[in-house]
Amino acid sequence: MASKAASEASGALSSGKYVNSSVAGAAKIMVVGPLGVGKTTFIGTVSEIKPLSTEAVMTQAGASVDVTVDQAKATTTVALDFGRMTLDGELVLYLFGTPGQQRFLPAWRDLARGALGALALVDTRDLTASFDALGHLEDLGLPFAVAVNVFPGSPVHSDGELRAALDLLPETPLVSCDARDERPSVLALIALVRHLLLAAESS
Amino acid sequence: MTERPDDRTTSAVRPYVITGGRADAGVEPLSWESLVMAAETAPPATLQPEHRTILTHCQGLLSVAEVSAHLGQPPSVVQVLLADLIGWGLIVTRPPIPPAERADVTMLRKVLHGLESRL
Repeated sequence: MASKAASEASGALSSGKYVNSSVAGAAKIMVVGPLGVGKTTFIGTVSEIKPLSTEAVMTQAGASVDVTVDQAKATTTVALDFGRMTLDGELVLYLFGTPGQQRFLPAWRDLARGALGALALVDTRDLTASFDALGHLEDLGLPFAVAVNVFPGSPVHSDGELRAALDLLPETPLVSCDARDERPSVLALIALVRHLLLAAESS
Repeated sequence: MTERPDDRTTSAVRPYVITGGRADAGVEPLSWESLVMAAETAPPATLQPEHRTILTHCQGLLSVAEVSAHLGQPPSVVQVLLADLIGWGLIVTRPPIPPAERADVTMLRKVLHGLESRL
């Protein structure tokens, strides 16, 4: 199998549906935040594939706080959009967009297992909408960075005001990005991974 | 991010029917980013259609999440079917990063380098 895989490395497969066969391992980062904060936009901007969607099944127990769920149903599903970045041809990084609301927490547990960390997207027009997502990350003990997705007309706050409002630890990175733009979006991921690396090296 | 009732599965068969009522594979499930690929072994003619469909989608490396998206089935179902196929030697895996290595410095350096070369 290995020789077949090697011969495919330079073929059409490398830019299509399949992961380049030179890739030896995978990692994942969660992109979290409330509805409409720009998770799928962010993922689409940096992903080499059109974002895909998969449906995690949740039990009614997990959805019980959601009054909009059809109470007659035993399960609901939540769509998780995700994308893929092949890094240096040897590693593939998956980015999973994960909705922040309380009712989606069960979907987080399976997904967060093995995640390097999370990028929390924040919309300054509604900071409170991000509280659930940040709380879940803290509960799961998953290290994260915060990226403000700047929308036209977003109120401008100082970093200090934002840190205070979001109750961030001093070491938690806080960056701004436009999720439609590749460079600032990649820079936001770099800020996260630098933070993870610092934490890993000091432990 | 959208949420919807579970009447939108692309298959007419409810997920638990496909897995024979099993909720899990009886082993630690593959993580969503685990990479899988069809082995070169020819599948037996008696293979269940859902298993066969997975094999046709796995002619190259794909993550569990991608297989799930292409199949229109939740990862929880795909994890069970893939575990069957791995057990039968019809699917091979590339190991993902185990959770214990979350803080693996070498891996994080590779990710950082790969991201920086995107700029």
